Amino acid sequence: MTSGAQVGRRKPWRLLTLAVVVLAAVGVLAATGLQGSLVYYKTTSELVADPGLQGERLRLGGLVAPSSVSRGPDGVSFLITDGVHEVRVVNSESPRGVFTEGQGALVEGVYGADGVFRSDLLLVKHGNEYKAPERAGEVPTVSEVSR
Amino acid sequence: MTPPRRRPRLPDRVLAVGAALTSGAALVVALAIAPPDAMQGQAQRLMYVHVPAAWLAYACFALVLVASVAYLLRRDLRWDRRAQAAGELGVGMTALAIVLGSLWGRPVWGTWWVWDPRLVTTVVLLLVYAGYLSVRGLGDDRDTGARRAAAVGILGFVNVPVVHFSVVWWRTLHQPATVLSPDPAPMDARMALALLLAVVAFSLAGWLVLRRRVRALAEHDGALPPQDLPAGPRIVVRAGARP
Repeated sequence: MTSGAQVGRRKPWRLLTLAVVVLAAVGVLAATGLQGSLVYYKTTSELVADPGLQGERLRLGGLVAPSSVSRGPDGVSFLITDGVHEVRVVNSESPRGVFTEGQGALVEGVYGADGVFRSDLLLVKHGNEYKAPERAGEVPTVSEVSR
Repeated sequence: MTPPRRRPRLPDRVLAVGAALTSGAALVVALAIAPPDAMQGQAQRLMYVHVPAAWLAYACFALVLVASVAYLLRRDLRWDRRAQAAGELGVGMTALAIVLGSLWGRPVWGTWWVWDPRLVTTVVLLLVYAGYLSVRGLGDDRDTGARRAAAVGILGFVNVPVVHFSVVWWRTLHQPATVLSPDPAPMDARMALALLLAVVAFSLAGWLVLRRRVRALAEHDGALPPQDLPAGPRIVVRAGARP
């Protein structure tokens, strides 16, 4: 076995260089492509502050304001807030996951000129705390999915 | 006359017993003792397999880094075999973490998948190390392949902190880390115990898998006499070499 002895050739270095370039590109893409223009979701304050976002499909994240959830013919309606600004959201389908008032949510849709965010995708965003239920047996159930 | 079957080595047996015991303990605590999460419900118990898989993947890729550096310095194929075994386990654990995360996300977030920075960078991590495993076979000879793999194994590690800190650097649906975080969050003690046991179980099992895989790779390379052959022709190879 010729351990260490190699037939010297220039060509293999091209493949190695290509691999390095690809990896670097992937790393750079992951780093830069995901910041700036590709912010994963907007906050309510950002949405309200930028009129140019109206009419564009985007994601909005925040907390579901307590006692703001109601169901109507258009879907489920609630207020989403970042602690500073509130935006009314009307979602065309039932909430998914462990959707609860006072917890985080992520919606995807369009912010209309009437100040209502009409979404067709409503997801739950939860934090990184892990606690037992306050009362034993009180465990959130998964919302029924309508579609 | 055929060589007798060798019994498993003592360190392997210790690892196997340890992994079995801690897995059993982890199962009991995770399913029966730890409470469900106040917000997430029973689905949160997937944390006890999803998180250890992810951490074990990071650890494996760190092993790939160390072994790749060692190979480039020493040109000893033992290091390349260790790197390959660690890369294989790391890719498997990354894929497992992705699948388990998806199963966890469906009932809690409401979806199997989102293209948020945490999930995207994890997929990139999987692809990079899958590439790492392929590169080794592209060389004209064993050493060229090992050298190329070592380069990829070293450079690819940059993706690990990118994945880990993706939840801090960018906005994500995936929540920030609870334990390994610049800003740790509270966790119920019973949940933390289940998680700790699960991490130990995964680590011991992973270590056992790596030991066996490195030995198998060494046999394949001809650096070890065949260990567990059934009846068949004797294959004479160099004796006395360590994996």
